Amino acid sequence: MTILDRPTLDFLLYDWLGGEALLTRPAFAEHNRESVASMLDTAARLAETHFLPCFKKSDREEPSQNEHGAHVIPEIRTAIAAYAQAGFAAAPFPAAIGGLGLPNLIHTAATAFFMGANVPVASYSMLTVGNAGLIAHFGTQAQIETFVTPALEGRWTGTMCLSEPQAGSSLADIVTKAIPEGEDGLGVRYRLFGNKMWISGGDHDAADNIVHLVLAKIPGPDGKLIAGSKGISIFIVPKLMPDGSRNDVTLAGLNHKMGFRGTTNCLLNFGERDGAIGWRVGEIGQGLPIMFQMMNEARIGVGLGATMMGYRGFQLALDYARTRPQGRRTGTRDVSSKQIPIIEHADVKRMLLACKSYTEGALALILYCAKLVDESKTADTAQARAEADAVLGLLTPVAKTWPSEYALAANDIAIQVHGGYGYTRDFDVEQLYRDNRLNPIHEGTTGIQGLDLLGRKILRDGGKILAQFATRVAATIKAAKDDFPAEANALQAAMDAIAATVHALASVNDEAEMLANATNFLSAFGHTVLGFIWLDLALCISQGDHGAHFAAGKHAACRYFYSFEMPKIAAWLAPVIACDNLTTRMQDEWF
Amino acid sequence: MKLLVPVKRVVDYNVKVRVKSDGMGVETAGVKMSMNPFDEIAIEEAVRLKEKGIASEIIAVSMGIAACQETIRTALAMGADRGILVETDVELQPLAVAKMLKALVDKEQPGMVIMGKQAIDDDMNATGQMLAALLGWPQGTFASKLDIADGTATVIREIDGGLETVALTLPAVVTADLRLNEPRYASLPNIMKARKKPIETIKPADLGVDPAPRLTTLKVVEPAKRKAGVKVANVAELVAKLRNEAKVI
Ligand SMILES: Cc1cc2nc3c(=O)[nH]c(=O)nc-3n(C[C@H](O)[C@H](O)[C@H](O)COP(=O)(O)OP(=O)(O)OC[C@H]3O[C@@H](n4cnc5c(N)ncnc54)[C@H](O)[C@@H]3O)c2cc1C
Ligand SMILES: Cc1cc2nc3c(=O)[nH]c(=O)nc-3n(C[C@H](O)[C@H](O)[C@H](O)COP(=O)(O)OP(=O)(O)OC[C@H]3O[C@@H](n4cnc5c(N)ncnc54)[C@H](O)[C@@H]3O)c2cc1C
Repeated sequence: MTILDRPTLDFLLYDWLGGEALLTRPAFAEHNRESVASMLDTAARLAETHFLPCFKKSDREEPSQNEHGAHVIPEIRTAIAAYAQAGFAAAPFPAAIGGLGLPNLIHTAATAFFMGANVPVASYSMLTVGNAGLIAHFGTQAQIETFVTPALEGRWTGTMCLSEPQAGSSLADIVTKAIPEGEDGLGVRYRLFGNKMWISGGDHDAADNIVHLVLAKIPGPDGKLIAGSKGISIFIVPKLMPDGSRNDVTLAGLNHKMGFRGTTNCLLNFGERDGAIGWRVGEIGQGLPIMFQMMNEARIGVGLGATMMGYRGFQLALDYARTRPQGRRTGTRDVSSKQIPIIEHADVKRMLLACKSYTEGALALILYCAKLVDESKTADTAQARAEADAVLGLLTPVAKTWPSEYALAANDIAIQVHGGYGYTRDFDVEQLYRDNRLNPIHEGTTGIQGLDLLGRKILRDGGKILAQFATRVAATIKAAKDDFPAEANALQAAMDAIAATVHALASVNDEAEMLANATNFLSAFGHTVLGFIWLDLALCISQGDHGAHFAAGKHAACRYFYSFEMPKIAAWLAPVIACDNLTTRMQDEWF
Repeated sequence: MKLLVPVKRVVDYNVKVRVKSDGMGVETAGVKMSMNPFDEIAIEEAVRLKEKGIASEIIAVSMGIAACQETIRTALAMGADRGILVETDVELQPLAVAKMLKALVDKEQPGMVIMGKQAIDDDMNATGQMLAALLGWPQGTFASKLDIADGTATVIREIDGGLETVALTLPAVVTADLRLNEPRYASLPNIMKARKKPIETIKPADLGVDPAPRLTTLKVVEPAKRKAGVKVANVAELVAKLRNEAKVI
C-alpha cells in the first residue's frame, strides 16, 4: 500500500492546479516537473523508511519524564535528522539561508507523505519549519544564523508557545511577562516569567536543543501588563543558551493524551529561578500579528495532517474491505454459496465513497490553498497577489476545520468498515482516529474558526472577500453547466444561500446574536467550498486522459458528495438565516 | 577507473500491476514508474566505490523512451556523474540491450559494468550474463559483496546452496543482488545538482545495433489465483491426495 497515490497527486498538482506553469515563474525557475518528481520520490521513500515503521511504537511507548526531561523513542531523533538531511526542512526557504526556494505547493505535497506515514512524529519537523520560518521572516541576521541554521540542519527543533493554563482560545489573557534586560548581539534581551501549557515538542531528547517562540507581555511604565492582545510581543527563548548552558526553562510535566502520543506535550515553566533569557522578535506589541502571519500556513498544515490521517484510514479500510469475506449479496437465497468480500455490499461502498470524497476532497482543498500561498507571493500582478491573499484568508478557517472534522469522520468510518477488528489495537485505524481527534481542538478550535470565518473574514468587510471567492466559483459553475447541470445548479443554490445568510446577518445589531450560529455557518460554507472543489475536479478530469477507472472513481466521489452531502447545507443554514437566537437565550440553569 | 551502470525504468514496486485489456502487456498508462530497485543498488555500489576513491567516474545509461531521462536523473542525483540515453520506442529485450551496452563499453572503456541482477518488470535475469559473454569479460552475478583490489574484483555471490566467492580479473561485469547494500535516497540539494549534470541522447543506430525484438509476445496473463487449501485428517490422507489428485508422488 502506498502512502499517497501518485497519479492522484500528479493529477491535482499538474492537471488541476497548473503546477508546471507555477514552476516557470522566476521565483521557482530552478525547479521543473522532473526534479519535483524526484523530490516527491524521496519524500515517499523517507516516509516509508523513517516515519511509517514507528507509527505504532510511538503511540504504545508514550513519552516519559526522567531527571533530564522528556524521553521519547530513539526513532524520532533519526526521523528528524533524516528529514532535515534530505533537505526537506530547508527546502521552502530562500537560497540565502541554505534553502531551495521550493514552491509552497510542492513542499506541501512532499509534506503529505510524512503526514500520511506518521503525523505525530512528523510534527517535530513541521513545528521546526514553522518556527524557523517565523524567525527567518521577522528576525535579525544574528537571530537567523544562531537559531534557524541548526534547525534546518535537523540538530535543533522548534516550538510555538502561545497557550497558558488560563488562556487557550483567549490568547489576549496570557500573563507570561517579559522584563527588559538591555541588549546583546542577538537583540533586545528579556527575562521571561510564566507558565506555558500544551506545548507540542516542548521538551524531548530527540534533538540537541529546542528553540521556543514565546508569546509574553512586557509590563508598561506602571509595572502592570497591558490588557488585551495589543500587549503581546514574541520572544525567542532557547532551552540551552548558544554557549550550551541551561536557560531557565523547566519541564513541569507531560500531558497524557488520547492520541498524538508521538509528539510530547508539555507544561513548561519559564523563569522558576531568575528568569528565562529571551530575545524579542519584531516590534513591541506585534506578537500576535507576527504569529498570525505564520498562522495561515500552520493552519493549512493542521488541515493537511488531518487529511492524511483520514486518507490513510481510507486506504486501510479499502484494503480490508477487499479481503474480508462476509455475508452474501442481498437477496441471495443460497446459504451454501461463498461469502463475498464486504466491498461488494452497497452499504460498505457508501462508507468507502464517503471516505474517498472526504479525504481526496480535503487533499485537493489543502493543495488549492497551498497554491494560493504561492500565488499571493509570486503572481504576475499586484492585483492577482492581493486577490489570492484575500481568498487564502477566507479559506484558511475551512482548510483548518473541514479536514479536521471530515477526515476525522473518515477515520471513524474506517473503524466501522473493519467491524470489530477496527476497534482493536491490532489494526491501525483506532490509533488514526485517536490521533486525528486532536485536530478540531488545537490551532483554534472549530468554534473559534467559525467566529473567524463569519465575523472577521466575511461580515467585517461586508462580504467583499466572499464576493471575490464567488467569482472563482461562478467560473466553475458556468463551465459545468453542460456536462454537470445538476451539480452546477446545486452549487449555485448553495452559494445563493450563503449570500442570503450573510445578508440576513448583516442587519442583526447584537454582535453576540449575529455570531451565535457561526459554527453552523462554517459547516455550510465548508461543504459549499468542497462542492466547488469536487465539481472543479470532475470538470478537469473529464478533459484529460487518466484511465477509465481513475476518472470513474473521481466522478463517483463527486456524485457522492453532491447526492449525499450537499443537501446538508440547507439544514445547517436554516437556523443561521433565521437568526435563531436559541443558543444565546439558553440559560445555564435550564440544562 | 570508469564505471558504467545501466538503469531501467520500470513500473514502481509499490504499484499493483494490471494486465492490459488487449492481453499484450501490462498497463503503464497513468502508472507510477521508477528506477528498477536492483539498479538502484548497482548505482549505490558505484557511488560507494567512487567515495572510496576506487572509481573516478560513473556513467548511468538508460535505454527506451524519452521519459527514461527521469531514471537517469535519479541516478545522477544519487551520485552518478553523467548520463547516456539510448532513445528508442522499440520494445527492448535483453539481447538488444546487451548489444547496445557492449557498443557503449567499447566506446567508453569502463573498468567495470555494475548492473542489477534483473529488472522487476520482466524478471529476465539475462542482460548482465549476455553482456559479459559478448564482451568476453568475467562475470560475478547476484553479488552480495564486492571488493576491489589490485585489478581484481572479489565478489560474494548468492547461490542456491549459500554463498560463493569468486575473484574476477578486471574488466568485469558484476550484477547486484538485494543484499549488496542499502541504496541512499536522492537528497533535495543533490536532485537540484543533478539537473546540471550532462545527459547525452543517442539512437540505437548510432551504436550500430538493430534493437528489433527477437522474441514474440503471444499473450500476457495474470498468474492463476491461489485456490483455497483443504485440511487433511492425517498423513495417510495427505499421501493419498498427493499421489492420486495432485499426482506429484
Ligand atoms: C495535543 C495538543 C497540542 C497543543 N499544542 C500547542 C502548542 O504547541 N502550542 C500552543 O501554544 N498551544 C498548543 N495547544 C493548545 C491549543 O491551541 C488549545 O488547547 C486550544 O486553543 C483551545 O484552548 P483550551 O484548551 O484552553 O480550550 P478553551 O479555550 O477553554 O475552550 C474550551 C471550549 O470552549 C470554546 N470556546 C472558548 N472560547 C470561546 C469563545 N470566545 N466563543 C465560543 N466558544 C469558545 C472552545 O471552542 C472549546 O470548545 C495544544 C493543545 C493540545 C490538546
Ligand atoms: C469489544 C467487542 C465486544 C464484543 N462482544 C461480543 C460478545 O460478547 N459476543 C459475541 O458473540 N460477539 C461479540 N462481539 C462481536 C461483534 O458483535 C461483531 O464484531 C460485530 O457483529 C461485527 O462483526 P465483525 O466484527 O465480524 O465485522 P464484519 O461482519 O466483518 O463487518 C465489517 C463491515 O462490513 C459490514 N457488513 C458485513 N456484512 C454486511 C452485509 N451483509 N451488508 C452490508 N454490510 C455488511 C459491516 O456493517 C461492517 O461495517 C464483540 C465485538 C467487539 C469489538
